[in-house]
Amino acid sequence: MTAQPQDTSELGDAVGRALAGFARALRDNGFKVGLAETRDALRILGTAAARRSSSLKPALRCLFCATHSDWERFDAIFDAYWGGHGMRSMQTVSGTPTESRSSLRKLAEANARQQQAGSPDHVERRPEGDGEHPADRSGRREGASRAEALAQADMRHVVDPDDIAQAHALAARFARAMRARLMRRDRARRRGRRLDLRRTIHRSISHGGTPLELVWRKRKIKPLRLVMLLDASGSMSLYTAFFVRFLHGVVDAFREAEAFVFHTRLVHVSDSLRDRDVARAVDRLSLMAQGIGGGTRIGESLAVFNQWHAKRVINSRTAVMIVSDGYDTGAPERLGQEMRRLRQRCRRIIWLNPLIGWQGYAPQARGMQAALPYVDLFAPAHNIESLAALEPYLARIR
Amino acid sequence: MTLTRETIADRLAEVGYIADRDLATALWLMDFLKRPLLLEGEAGVGKTEVAKALAALHGAELIRLQCYEGLDQNAALYEWNYQRQLLAIKAREGEDADLIEEHIFSEKFLLERPLLAAIRRPDPPVLLIDEVDRADEEFEAFLLELLSDFQVSIPELGTITATSIPRVVLTSNATRELSDALRRRCLYHYVDFPDVEREARIVLTRLPGINTALALQIANMVAAIRKEDLRKVPGVAETLDWAATLAGLAVQDLRQAPEAVHDTLICLLKTHEDRSRLTREVTDRLLGKVA
Repeated sequence: MTAQPQDTSELGDAVGRALAGFARALRDNGFKVGLAETRDALRILGTAAARRSSSLKPALRCLFCATHSDWERFDAIFDAYWGGHGMRSMQTVSGTPTESRSSLRKLAEANARQQQAGSPDHVERRPEGDGEHPADRSGRREGASRAEALAQADMRHVVDPDDIAQAHALAARFARAMRARLMRRDRARRRGRRLDLRRTIHRSISHGGTPLELVWRKRKIKPLRLVMLLDASGSMSLYTAFFVRFLHGVVDAFREAEAFVFHTRLVHVSDSLRDRDVARAVDRLSLMAQGIGGGTRIGESLAVFNQWHAKRVINSRTAVMIVSDGYDTGAPERLGQEMRRLRQRCRRIIWLNPLIGWQGYAPQARGMQAALPYVDLFAPAHNIESLAALEPYLARIR
Repeated sequence: MTLTRETIADRLAEVGYIADRDLATALWLMDFLKRPLLLEGEAGVGKTEVAKALAALHGAELIRLQCYEGLDQNAALYEWNYQRQLLAIKAREGEDADLIEEHIFSEKFLLERPLLAAIRRPDPPVLLIDEVDRADEEFEAFLLELLSDFQVSIPELGTITATSIPRVVLTSNATRELSDALRRRCLYHYVDFPDVEREARIVLTRLPGINTALALQIANMVAAIRKEDLRKVPGVAETLDWAATLAGLAVQDLRQAPEAVHDTLICLLKTHEDRSRLTREVTDRLLGKVA
């Protein structure tokens, strides 16, 4: 009865080949299977457990899976591969959309197809003939540097592709600068609070045990974590491309930043934003952000965030930044309730509303009204200058 | 000595842990491949209990390291006994500094913390690294090194190699994504809430005085409650609390005592929101369905 491993070479090449094929099938399905796993799988095949599929399956599942989503998909792949259908049915399994697959991945795939058809313009509202557009901004540029003028210009009015590119670069640079300043502040404030006994004793040996030289432990201050939720609904479309760029800058600069985009549903986009190729990342995101119409469901998106993502991405040092105009097609009560839940979890909620920059704007939207009581900072975000004004606020959060 | 899966399942039952077949396989594989086991699952499904049961079934010591944010090597691996070191320095005042140094950084002054203790036992213990996701990335990297080499280096003392390789169980609640490297190093088992039949058996095992029909009713009721839209889904420990409470109130049949059922739901529901969601009407409806 004892499960002694046989010499694996006795198993014959056929088993080895079949196993290699299975490992490949798993890899095709996104499993991270290395040589060590395959080797261990061969050892398992040499034991009594391999005689019945009912005992082999759980053993291999335990070995090959690394995450819960692997765990949920394993049985289907196993059955398809070893279940008599052989290799052919594998295609159907790897192609079958499973619930555990993130919607992001599907989007990425859709994106890849789209890109073959023709790369989407990353600024959807880029006009064909930019020279003919209203000239009211050109007046602003007089007497100030172009960058300064851009910093002040409402992003709705920036239409020249060059200006747009520059505004985006500014946003990214600003995001990086914000991070750098927060870090410097940390370092300047580091002062020892606790005695480092190990080092103090080491140094006191030459003084006969009298701790003359005290060594302090410096508390490592962890940087603020930033979670951004970007509203990409139709009503925000004039600003989306700009904020996508800002999002990229933030995720690129902060080690601990997470980004989400929502319109009718919520999409986790941090991974696509980590692409070093800025243009590609922004393109991909802009495509996701285009959405499918049908109004914004801020409350529901937040509910999804609270239920599935908050536990992982939010800790006590997290500031949540929501960029939205507050036009919610869902029930305002729902939004208020989810905002309250979110408030209980995180350090600060910052709501950036591009509309505040408009003259005579008051937060009338019912969704906005419901959310406001839980917002720590309600600020405009229609131009780069207004984003820059946030930095001192973020730096004060401890 | 590797036990077979069947023996493992039997012995687990003997020590009071009702395991499903897959878990028995995982525990067998742990010994067979000499790899650590990573357990994931909702809070309260009994991940920590697995390690306790594993220790009991091998008759091994359980060494537990509870992870938390900011856990460092001093708390996890080793620490020097500073008070004794200071005394020793004082006592040997005037001697050669090098000699004193050699003396005070010797085994005598070393305080073992869980990780060091686990690799220095004569018999292999079970090392439970609980909620590894709460520790930070740096600690995870260190852990990975320890789990692959089973040796640690103490600068003042030299390298300490494991006298016995412990059985390592890691648990995670997924508050943070673990690194791929750590996941690849480990075997993986997802612990789900037990099904009704298994949960009833757990209740019966832990509370031998309870009658079988009631245990089954309780398991059914808890399963129904878990399907409701709750913020904190009750775990197995909550089920046991509830069963003990009902037994204490001498309830024999849930249908006969809807009042008691509703009042004792505080054993299962731990937030105000959940409590107010399960009104008397909802409880009665669920009772009608399961009993």
